[in-house]
Amino acid sequence: MMDLNRRMKIRRFFLGKDGIVGKIVLYGLLLTIGFVYLFPLIKMFTTSIMDLSDLVNPVVEWIPTKLYLENYRTGLIVLKYGSTLLFSLAVTLVPALLQTAVTSLTGYALAKFKVRGRRIVFALILLTYLLPQQVYMIPKFVLFDQFGILKTAWSIIFPATFGQGLSSAIFILIFYQFFRIQPPALDESAEIDGANPYQIFFRIGVPLAAPAYLSAFLFSFVWYWNETYISSLFLGTDLYTLQLKLFNFQSQFNLATGIAQTATNEAIRYAATILIILPVLVVYAVMQKWFVEGIDKTGVTGE
Amino acid sequence: MNESGRIRRPLKREKRMNLVGWSMLLPWAFGFLVFTLYPILSSFRYSLSEVILDGAGIRVTFVGLENYRAAFSSAAGFAFLQSVLDFALEVLFKVPIITVFAIIIAVLLNQKIKLRGFFRAIYFLPVIIASGPVINQLASQGAATIPLVEQMGILDFINRTFAPALARPIAGVFDELIVILWFSGVQILLFIAALQKIDRSVYEAAMIDGAGPWESFWKITMPALAMMVRVSVVFTIINLATFSENPAIQHIRSNMFALETGFGFSSAIAWIYFVALALILGIAVGALSAFGRKKART
Repeated sequence: MMDLNRRMKIRRFFLGKDGIVGKIVLYGLLLTIGFVYLFPLIKMFTTSIMDLSDLVNPVVEWIPTKLYLENYRTGLIVLKYGSTLLFSLAVTLVPALLQTAVTSLTGYALAKFKVRGRRIVFALILLTYLLPQQVYMIPKFVLFDQFGILKTAWSIIFPATFGQGLSSAIFILIFYQFFRIQPPALDESAEIDGANPYQIFFRIGVPLAAPAYLSAFLFSFVWYWNETYISSLFLGTDLYTLQLKLFNFQSQFNLATGIAQTATNEAIRYAATILIILPVLVVYAVMQKWFVEGIDKTGVTGE
Repeated sequence: MNESGRIRRPLKREKRMNLVGWSMLLPWAFGFLVFTLYPILSSFRYSLSEVILDGAGIRVTFVGLENYRAAFSSAAGFAFLQSVLDFALEVLFKVPIITVFAIIIAVLLNQKIKLRGFFRAIYFLPVIIASGPVINQLASQGAATIPLVEQMGILDFINRTFAPALARPIAGVFDELIVILWFSGVQILLFIAALQKIDRSVYEAAMIDGAGPWESFWKITMPALAMMVRVSVVFTIINLATFSENPAIQHIRSNMFALETGFGFSSAIAWIYFVALALILGIAVGALSAFGRKKART
C-alpha cells in the first residue's frame, strides 16, 4: 500500500515543474528539430561518399556500401581547390579585417564624441542598411570600371576599407553599442595622464572591446565568404571564388574534364559543396562560442 | 581661474572633440560619399536615361520615364514584376514561419537544459554555411525537403486543394521547409538575448498568483519579446530580399547585360524593387504595431 506522501512524490517526479515527462518532451523536441536541421548536411555527406553503383541502387538510401573518396578528388580538381581557396580568402579575409577596423573606428567616434551632425550620420548609416546594394550597384560597376579595378579583388576590398562593405551598417551599430557602455572613467583617467584621444582609442577602447572585434570579424568573414551576388558582378567570369565555382559547377566540370556532354552526378556536386563549406565549418568548430555569444555580449540587443 | 576662462575652456574642448570625432569618421564619410551616396544619385539618374557603356566610356542620354514605362509594359518588365509579386508572397508565408519557429526554439533553449551550448551551436550552424550556391545545390537535389512531406502526399494535397496561384507558394514552403528554417539562426539568438533579460522572479510571482505556463508565456514572455519581434521581422525581410537566389534581384542583374534592356532599365527596376521592399517593410511593421496595440487593450 502506498501512502499519499509517496504518491505525491512520484507524481511530482513525472509531472512536476522539472518532471521527467516535461524533460522528455523538451529534449525530444530539441533533438527532433535538431535532426531536421542537420538533415540536409547528413544527406549531403553520406551521398558524397557513394560511388555510382550506390547512387543508383534503390536499397542504399543512407549508408554507402563502401567509403568512396573519388568524388572529393574530382571536386578538388574541378574547383582547382588550392588556388581558388587562396583567391577566395583574399576577397574574404582582407575585406573582413578592414571592415572590422573601420566600422569600429566609426562606432567609437559616434559613441564617445558629440560630433556635430551625429543624428544625420546615424540616419545615413541606417539608410545604407535598409537600401539594398542592388539599387546602387550599377553606378558602382561603372565607377570601378573607370577606376580600372573591375575584375580585381580591389573592387571588393575598397568599399570595405571605407566602411561601405557587406553589412557595414550592422557592425558600426554593434561597435557603437559596445563603446557606449564602456565606463568613461577609464578614458578620463587616461586623459589626465596625458593621453590624446587616438591613444585612448588604441590603448583602452580597442583592448576592452576585444570580444566585439572578434565577433564582428567572424561574422564579417562568414558573410563575405557566403556572398555571391555582388562579387559575381564585380569579379566577372575569369576570377571565380569557391562559391562562384560551385554556382557554375557543371561548366567548370566540363572545362576541367574536357568532355562537353557528361553530366556530373549529385555525389560529385555534394563533395564539392562540402569542400566549399569546409573552411567556414572549421572556423565555426573552433570559434563557435564567439559567434553565438557575440550577439549577446556585444549588446546588439540593447535598448 | 577667472570667470571667462571657466566658460571658454569647455567650449574649446567641445570644439576640439568635434574635430577629433570627425577625424575618426573621415574614412566612413569618404566611403559613404564615393561608394554609396554618389552611386545612389547616379543610379537614379541612370533610371531616367539610356546608358551605353563601351570601350569609349559611358554615354548617358536623358529619356525621362521611358525605363519605368518599359518596366510596366515590356516582357522583361513583366517577368520582373512577377518575381516581385512572388517575393511579396514569399514574405507573407516565410516571415511568420521563421519568426514563430525562432521564438519556439529560443524559448526551448532558454530552459534549464543540459548541452545548451551544443544545441545552440546546431541551430546557429546554417547561418555559417547558407550561401546561395550551397542552398541551390541542396534544393536542386531535394535534400532540403523532409522525406515525410513527399511520402505523405502533402504536395498533392496542396495542389488539389488550393487555387494554382496560392498552391505554388504553399507547396514551395513545404518543398523547402528545412531551408526556410535555416534562415532563422540569427533570429533565434536575438530572441534568446531578449528572453535572458526577463527577470526569473517575475515568473515565480506569476506562478504563486496561479498562472500556468501558458498564461505566463502570453502575459510575460510575449510582451517582453514584442520589440525583438519587430527587429527580427525587419531583419528577416531584408535578408530574404537580398539573398542571392532571390529571382527579383537576379532580374536586376541579368537585365544589365541583356541586349534589349541595359543599365538604364536595370536601374529603373532596382528602384521599383526598393519601393516595393519599403512598402512590404512598412506594412509588416505597421501590422505588428497595430496587433500590439490591440493586444495591449484586451
